[in-house]
Amino acid sequence: MMSIIKYFKDIYLGVKSLLTGMRVTGHYFTHPKEIITQQYPENRDVLEMFDRFRGEVVLLHDENNEHRCTGCSACEVACPNGTIEILSKWEINEEGKRKKAIDQFVYHLQMCTFCNLCIKSCPTDAIVMGKDFEHAVFDRSELTKILNKPGSKLMPGIK
Amino acid sequence: METLDHSEEITALESQEYFINMGPQHPSTHGVLRLVLTLDGEIIRKVEPHLGFIHRSIEKMCEKDAYTQIVHLTDRMDYLSCHMNNEAVCLAVEQGLEVEIPDRVKVIRTLISELTRISSHTLWWGVMGMDLGAITTFLYGFRDREMITDIFEETCGARLTMNYNVPGGLMDDIHPNFQNRVKAFLEHFKKKLPEYDKLLSNNVIFQERTKGIGILSKEDAISYGVTGPAGRASGFSCDVRKKHPYSAYDQVDFKEILDETGDCYARYKVRIQEMWESMNIIEQLIDNIPEGDFKAPTKAVIKLPKGEYYQRVETARGEFGVYIISDGKKSPYRLKFRSPGFSNLSALDHMARGSKIADMVAIMSTLDLVIPDIDR
Repeated sequence: MMSIIKYFKDIYLGVKSLLTGMRVTGHYFTHPKEIITQQYPENRDVLEMFDRFRGEVVLLHDENNEHRCTGCSACEVACPNGTIEILSKWEINEEGKRKKAIDQFVYHLQMCTFCNLCIKSCPTDAIVMGKDFEHAVFDRSELTKILNKPGSKLMPGIK
Repeated sequence: METLDHSEEITALESQEYFINMGPQHPSTHGVLRLVLTLDGEIIRKVEPHLGFIHRSIEKMCEKDAYTQIVHLTDRMDYLSCHMNNEAVCLAVEQGLEVEIPDRVKVIRTLISELTRISSHTLWWGVMGMDLGAITTFLYGFRDREMITDIFEETCGARLTMNYNVPGGLMDDIHPNFQNRVKAFLEHFKKKLPEYDKLLSNNVIFQERTKGIGILSKEDAISYGVTGPAGRASGFSCDVRKKHPYSAYDQVDFKEILDETGDCYARYKVRIQEMWESMNIIEQLIDNIPEGDFKAPTKAVIKLPKGEYYQRVETARGEFGVYIISDGKKSPYRLKFRSPGFSNLSALDHMARGSKIADMVAIMSTLDLVIPDIDR
């Protein structure tokens, strides 16, 4: 007799706990506004990343194609895994002095861990973290980027 | 026609042990863990974990890196409690440098640690349900975790590998929206956490699969060094936040969640209770962030004085320790991590012996293993 009571009690409790769970599901079924799913590739136009989001390292250029990088290599030293390579050259400035300037700011995106240490170490705030996060490419070599634009110069007044 | 005589075969039948491999790609191993199970029919006789699939030699890499560069490597160990790992390294370095850390930094570190703990436990809750066959929980767990990752993304810059700590303080000050967002999250999560009980905790099937399964006694927990929620579910009082307070844990009032049973359901309950306790800690601190600097001044090249430094913190999985031996140069002579996952995994064999193979998933899931933390 006791086993029969237990049998039916188990069925009752099982069905009850299932229905309790189903009630939560049912609540969201009838309240679609509480669902937070984003339709990612479709919402690209309105998708706004946060200001501090670390997507990739970007060397800032202004409208005159001038940047703030002096080629001091502080970021290269700060980088834990050799992501940044600065190839410098000697330039003669308007005062006739030989001065070091960057030739190529090479950025190996495939090695970057987005730790933000290079940005923090830059004394002239030349580099920032960009918001682009779609880095998939078909060939690995495309991930090695040269960040200074062709023909760009150092902004006057930056030392 | 040939007649078969079965009587001889039956007497010759005897049980034979056999091996199966669970993983490294088994969906419930949460990573590349390979378990060699010795089975007798359906009963587990022995569990042998094989490691090394995700070994990146992080400890060796630390020996060539400067102290500021070590921090980001610890993100890649236990990626679900990355902030606590970062904090441990920074606290150990600060211990060597003997710098005074501003109160603001201490409170912010504690707040983000607790948010990380909640996010780790919600992910675990979702995945635990999924391991036992309920896909629903996975989606609900990730919904609530998403709000925390948004907070991290806004303040720290990344969702998972945040690298927000630097020796001496923090990388940036908190975002102006931080407090409002955390309060909004608390309000949201207080309503949603009871849903977790409705969906999973009180479910009969779930209780049948976890109660009395994988029992770990208090003595065994201590001898295997099982810490964190898994150890506390066996009655082993091991909360580093309570025993050796660091950061702002001495300023807050919170309970250490303990259970006596030591089975899978106890480990489950401890983690659910810990989420309530974490919310309690955050509530006490969120309105009381002191003004001040977000970083104590340190030299650009940090050199630790010759000596040994040890710092432990409580991550979402247990006690995490950093042991630095410095010879006075800019990178450590040797650096050792005591990861909670590795010790917790060592008790798996003891817990799983004698139980059915289907229970293996429940036992592993409640230990909350993160494989990169075990393998480093």
